[in-house]
Amino acid sequence: MPAERADRPAGTPEASRPAGVPAAPSGGRVTRGGRPPAGPGATVRPAGLRTRWLLAGIAAVLVALVAGVSLGPVSLPPGSVAAELLNLLPGVHLDSGLTEREIAIVTELRLPRVVLGLLVGGLLALAGGCYQGVFRNPLADPYLLGVAAGAGLAVTAAITLGAGAGGAITGMPVTIPLAAFVGSLGAVAMTYGLGAAGGRDRSPATLILAGVAVSAFLAAGQTYLLQRHSDSIQQVYSWLLGRLATAGWHDVRLVLPYFVLTAVVVLLHRRELDVLSVGDDEATSLGLHPQRSRYLLIAAASLGTAAAVSASGLIGFVGIIVPHTVRLLAGSSHRVILPLSMLFGGAFLALTDVVARTAAAPAEIPIGVVTALLGGPFFVLVLRTSRRVFS
Amino acid sequence: MTGAAVEVRDLRVELGGRPILAGVDLTVAVGEWVTVIGPNGAGKSTLLRAVGGLLAAPGVVSLFGTPIRSLRRRDRARVVATVAQSPVVPAGMSVLDYVLLGRTPYIPPLGRESAADLAAVHEVLDRLDLMDFDRRELATLSGGERQRVFLARALAQGATLLLLDEPTSALDIGHQQEVLELVDQLRRAHGLTVLATMHDLSVAGEYADRLVLLADGRVAAAGPPQEVLTEELLSRHYRAHVRIVQGDHGPLVVPIRPR
Repeated sequence: MPAERADRPAGTPEASRPAGVPAAPSGGRVTRGGRPPAGPGATVRPAGLRTRWLLAGIAAVLVALVAGVSLGPVSLPPGSVAAELLNLLPGVHLDSGLTEREIAIVTELRLPRVVLGLLVGGLLALAGGCYQGVFRNPLADPYLLGVAAGAGLAVTAAITLGAGAGGAITGMPVTIPLAAFVGSLGAVAMTYGLGAAGGRDRSPATLILAGVAVSAFLAAGQTYLLQRHSDSIQQVYSWLLGRLATAGWHDVRLVLPYFVLTAVVVLLHRRELDVLSVGDDEATSLGLHPQRSRYLLIAAASLGTAAAVSASGLIGFVGIIVPHTVRLLAGSSHRVILPLSMLFGGAFLALTDVVARTAAAPAEIPIGVVTALLGGPFFVLVLRTSRRVFS
Repeated sequence: MTGAAVEVRDLRVELGGRPILAGVDLTVAVGEWVTVIGPNGAGKSTLLRAVGGLLAAPGVVSLFGTPIRSLRRRDRARVVATVAQSPVVPAGMSVLDYVLLGRTPYIPPLGRESAADLAAVHEVLDRLDLMDFDRRELATLSGGERQRVFLARALAQGATLLLLDEPTSALDIGHQQEVLELVDQLRRAHGLTVLATMHDLSVAGEYADRLVLLADGRVAAAGPPQEVLTEELLSRHYRAHVRIVQGDHGPLVVPIRPR
């Protein structure tokens, strides 16, 4: 029973001011100028996703969708593409003015690729934001934690040792995401365990160092496997660099369930991640089970990462760029970061893919190269702005 | 309400094979302010952690007559609120959002705050004179202001037992008094029970009804400040050279340079 509310002394606000506490203590107090005094229930709202940001995120996804489908070796008018996309909705019949062949390009070639980009980008950014919250570490990301390397090693092993035998990687066998999931969980467990070896107060740096060590170790294992199985090196290598497959809707169908599962679990915990930001002890005394939530969230984020990696290879930096941009622009609550990271992450990757396949057309730049080219400088920026976390 | 606010019987805690608490008994009556004192490493914080449910202390801690083990975490969080020694200040979090964290035990798992939670928080902010701060980032506040915000979060929890671990160690002498007066005023107005740890012995004696002196994981002395703050006890357990001066609100401990 919240007693302090029940028996609050009646009277003026002055009566409830503790004796001996001056009304306006000197030192460090801001003046009241510039904003009207707020009474209970005034306009100040708790952290949450503002409608305009949600709309901006959805708009970004739609722009990426139309741009991604319109641009390519054969450029299509965006208006017609938008009409054709609307035609995919039940009950909509618009005349887009596109030929049969162009419609086929839209629905069978480009749309699946753009949708896959949206899913993979959304997953990577969501997983990044989730890891950053779970580990209370602004640098946590599927790549720095070794999660992606674990998935990469597992997928390489699956391909070279025969689990994916016969099938080209495009048209990914169902076993690949599962192998990636096992690999990513194993890697995150190693990183967390190594980081925890530093004791209770492990610093952000300890965890990242552990992630670097684990990544290097797993990458070495992967290189070794590739050396031993040079026949599949081409196949693995093109996947490693990161690329969005163009295998029609097959990969989309394979990634979609993981996407839904990860998004639901992580987004449901968005407020809990805010509570976890005060640390395990305080979260426990507030009635939570931090360790239980942490394991669940790590599993969900790793599952999402695994699905993304198995569909598109190693695409770096999305998990860092996007959540940090959202944090800088829209707010630091996970109720803001997580949903917006998912939307903007998807849009970012789909648009990056446009750059990847048009900048050096007819050749394609691996998308992982493009994101890393953008991500490197951005990473420095993030380091500069989050320096206080390390001080 | 049955029994005391806090009842600890023969609490033994080992951390890493080293005994921290070796059979501690402690009783805090409802509405009482008890402060645990003792030299560094005596186990003060550990005792507080056990009472707050942060340590597995099988069956020896009861809150308001209920063994702490049989309380679910959420229910426990409605009974006892802790202000940690140096609480984490999440980057970018506003005062309002921080105090709202105190409503966590009332918010359904995976749910969100209700209007009632928001109203409760506004009332606490109002009571602690923090209304002008609600949009400010917690990290930009001064030490004294932050301490009031930490208190506000604990009060928003609606718990009647308040655990304060070194609540004033980061504050200058003026803000120490401000915060402790505030705690005492809230305690009297709302029937709160306070269990604190403190290093400053004079301040501890002035505000507590009873002091508990921990040394080497045991209760070396317990009782009203006059009985615990004696030159003999302090020199034995702190190895300190002090003089006791009688003040208006209890004994004052003055360190004397040994010669």
